Amino acid sequence: MHNDTGQQAFDAIIEADEKVEPRDWMPDGYRSTLIRQIAQHAHSEVIGMQPEANWITRAPTLLRKSILTAKVQDEAGHGLYLYSAAETLGISRDELQELLHSGRQKYSSIFNYPTLSWADMGAIGWLVDGAAIMNQIMLQRTSYGPYARAMVKICKEESFHARQGYSIMMTLAQGTEEQKALAQDALDRWWWPSLMMFGPHDAESPHTEQSMAWKIKRVTNDELRQMYIDQTVPQAHYLGLTIPDDDLVFDEETGHWNIGPIDWDEFWATVKGNGRVSRERIAHKVKAWDEGAWVREAATAYAAKQRSRSESEKEAS
Amino acid sequence: MKTITTTTALGTYLVRLGDDNVVLGQRLGEYVSRAPELEEDLASANTSLDHLGMARYLYTYAGEAEGDGRSEDDFAMLRSEREFTNAMLVEQPNTDFAHVLVRQFFFDAYQVPLWTALAQSTDARLAAIAAKGLKEAQYHLRRSSSWMVRLGDGTDVSNERAQAAIDALWRYTDELFESDVVESELEADRVAPLSSSLKDAWVETVDRIFETAGLARSEDDFQTSGGRDGTHTEHLGYLLAEMQWMQRSYPGLSW
Repeated sequence: MHNDTGQQAFDAIIEADEKVEPRDWMPDGYRSTLIRQIAQHAHSEVIGMQPEANWITRAPTLLRKSILTAKVQDEAGHGLYLYSAAETLGISRDELQELLHSGRQKYSSIFNYPTLSWADMGAIGWLVDGAAIMNQIMLQRTSYGPYARAMVKICKEESFHARQGYSIMMTLAQGTEEQKALAQDALDRWWWPSLMMFGPHDAESPHTEQSMAWKIKRVTNDELRQMYIDQTVPQAHYLGLTIPDDDLVFDEETGHWNIGPIDWDEFWATVKGNGRVSRERIAHKVKAWDEGAWVREAATAYAAKQRSRSESEKEAS
Repeated sequence: MKTITTTTALGTYLVRLGDDNVVLGQRLGEYVSRAPELEEDLASANTSLDHLGMARYLYTYAGEAEGDGRSEDDFAMLRSEREFTNAMLVEQPNTDFAHVLVRQFFFDAYQVPLWTALAQSTDARLAAIAAKGLKEAQYHLRRSSSWMVRLGDGTDVSNERAQAAIDALWRYTDELFESDVVESELEADRVAPLSSSLKDAWVETVDRIFETAGLARSEDDFQTSGGRDGTHTEHLGYLLAEMQWMQRSYPGLSW
């Protein structure tokens, strides 16, 4: 749909660094890019509950169990805000869910890696949430109002998530040799996937240029990744852990840590559904959804009965 | 096998209540990411957290009452199946949403009068714990009651499933109202009520909600007991094996 006045108003909002709101005219491409991105973000929160729920029942202490449960609860809440933000663009939560279940919409490929030890709860909080925060802080300034506002709320909770992850890693790093080995093994497995969370290099990222022009994205993939690396490498050193990259070197001139090459074959294989537990993640989600169908039907039927009861009461009175 | 959990009546009683809460908290934690809607995943996590929180208060106080320096995790993670004194209701598995909800409803309808009575305890610390528990339990009961009505009065399928869960879990309900010497001792000092005194309130809630929901008590009124003495159904062993795995595999470490 072309609309000259709408386009001018939209361009003016973007130019002035103001927020586009649901009732404003927006280009179709802007709308569909946002739906894709917000949906992917919402799906990531929801699928991201699984690798951590995998350790709720085995958490080593009641305190750690409580903190982990609270974190997974927050993720369900983030999923809800984000689905609501997507709904303001004219798509329903049920439609989005169906797109996830059928594999037509993606979620962050980081959640296609298995959680194999308690230390993975530390690594996910520290590395995965740490990487997510980089992206989400930037998105607080995104041009679409409902998405930016959802991010403000989510960022507050995410920083608690990252801190609890680092606290788990710290406890392990200060523990026995066996505990240090658990921490190092978790870092070895999660380091590279966490770097891949920022997406392909800018030159290979199909959406970056347009998203930057629309101010949906404010910082590129490579810039965000570098900020994350510079923040995280000293944290690993502080823990006494080794980053699993023989090429890692500090560049005195630029003040940045330079990393070795990322294995993009692994990234694309995982994105395309061949991650270690990709099939299990979707199967788990679909199973819960299908097994719950009768419950949702009951709730709908009950609500309809209540409506018709209150209508007939009105008629009788 | 010695099944008295601690050396004092108060300690034993607190551990018993702690066990109910930790086991139900664990079951609800197991359900997170498996619920019919995102809102219900959130509610399961939230309810689980409330029960875990109560268990932690109760165990910590039990450790102090006992005076042997046992911590909340010593109670939760390092006692065997035969030493757990939770009611068998809470260890029953998450067979489907109806079982999860009926188990919760039966337990909430028991916890509300329990915490109401304990909030009047002559033991000030227990009274304070109970006051917090009461607020949570009242909220839990509102939620589980409204789901009972929705399932009972929803579709034929949901009514049948809710009734099947009631029939399966009914036999574990009387156990909640058994009293023993531990309770008699505490009741004499007005520290805790006899569990038997809570039954009328429970029956009133259950009958009222069943009536609204179009559900009924089980026709099979067989009742079983033994949880308070540490003889459980076979489900508890697996629940504890999973919950205690880290502490058993890596003894004595900090996490």
